[in-house]
Amino acid sequence: MRIDPRKCVACGNCLAVCPVSAISIDPAIRRATVDRDECVECYACENRMSKEHLNPTLVRAVRGFLKLLRIRFDPEPDVCPTSAFAPEELQWPRSLRRAFSDPCIPHESTGVYGRGTEEVKTNDVTNRVGSGEVGFTVEFGRPAVGTRFREVQAMTMALARIGAVFEKNNPVTALMADPASGAINPEVLEEKVLSAIVEVRTPQAMLPLVLRTVKEVSATLDTVVSVGVAVRCDGEGENSVEAVLAAEGVRAFRGKTNLGLGRLTNLETARA
Amino acid sequence: MTNTLHRYGSPESFQDDFIVFMRSSKGRNEIESVPKLKAFLQTALRHRPVTISQYRRGSTVRPSENLNPIVHWRRPVQDLTPEQIIEAITEDHTVAAIFDTAEAMEAFLCEVKAADWGLSVNVAGLTGETHACAKRAGICRHSVEYSLGFQGALDRLPERPVLELSTMCGHSMVSPNLARKMLDLVREGRRTPEQAAAYLGRFCSCGIFNPTRAIRLLEAPGGGRR
Repeated sequence: MRIDPRKCVACGNCLAVCPVSAISIDPAIRRATVDRDECVECYACENRMSKEHLNPTLVRAVRGFLKLLRIRFDPEPDVCPTSAFAPEELQWPRSLRRAFSDPCIPHESTGVYGRGTEEVKTNDVTNRVGSGEVGFTVEFGRPAVGTRFREVQAMTMALARIGAVFEKNNPVTALMADPASGAINPEVLEEKVLSAIVEVRTPQAMLPLVLRTVKEVSATLDTVVSVGVAVRCDGEGENSVEAVLAAEGVRAFRGKTNLGLGRLTNLETARA
Repeated sequence: MTNTLHRYGSPESFQDDFIVFMRSSKGRNEIESVPKLKAFLQTALRHRPVTISQYRRGSTVRPSENLNPIVHWRRPVQDLTPEQIIEAITEDHTVAAIFDTAEAMEAFLCEVKAADWGLSVNVAGLTGETHACAKRAGICRHSVEYSLGFQGALDRLPERPVLELSTMCGHSMVSPNLARKMLDLVREGRRTPEQAAAYLGRFCSCGIFNPTRAIRLLEAPGGGRR
């Protein structure tokens, strides 16, 4: 993302809006600028700020006059008054930043929007996590810290070493040069993204080992890691994972419950 | 929506936060899904959700491409009606209804079960409460994904009130700096909690930002209004 200095009036609204604090006012030119190395191309500024398309010269003149009177204009905080954002055409590997950061575009590898994976949300029709298994979603960079793929690789290689199986239909797995070792394509290791989710599946017995491995590796990283543990319930809607988590000292009280109301309907719709 | 998984807060702070969403799976049940998605939201409206949304489009608060500058003095806290959201659904994307009581969510689940749309329905919220509600609605849960919270470089995370607000968009589109700014504006009496919640909600492209919980957090001691 770039900001057009001819349009920017340095109102400062976009500074607070950027999830990774990549925008600042450059005192030399008195315009907002984007730190390209820190920008994750999430498009929160361009897509989610309202726009007024005002004339920059007029806005600067009004602001300058108010400044003389020591009056500070109190604008709507979610507005770019002059529509100064100038999205650029992203080339590989920078294009990965947007794929992993802007939830409004689909991942090429999976065709899925958001973070590019269906996880347990459709487990009732995909059986992605089967009985006796545990699915892990290990997410890097969220909330609002961001991550580089070299940090993700530290985790994927550690998980590969303990025999975890990576979910094939996942954008991070698609970036792996060698899924057996968890090694990620070296070309992308320094790219920064808002978040990336690694998904692995293991037998339930491996749950404590995976949790400890994730904890150990997380402690060495300069980003935040959020972990989700998915499990299939029995015929009564119960599961034994909660007890294992409690034994590991993990307090799990919130999550996502798949109600099991989905079924394969494409065929019956086609027949009808 | 892993987007709904890792909200930050104590169990008590999620008593008014239940997100029910429905989605298809590519190659399995996405054909003719649009009327079902619309019916899901129409059914939800009977149970007074705090907001409804469609993924990628947002909820009843949305940014404007052509905002009139005069609007600064009379900007509504709702940009669209729920009916307009439903009418605009033309694509197969996740839809969601957010409830602020377990009772309303349970009553909705009873109707969802009876409707039998055949798409996957999930509830993001307190797992114990959700399990109990689902049972009473005659639904046996299929799978659960538990949030185990954050680890790693926790010193890089913002302070608690900011984190509670900003993690309501799990895609991190609600920036912590903006949440902090809203807390300040409410504290200084320059914006109402309702206005601040609307500003924040406009950044959540999936529309699952819960305005009721946000207003409560903005009004709380230690939050925006001290």
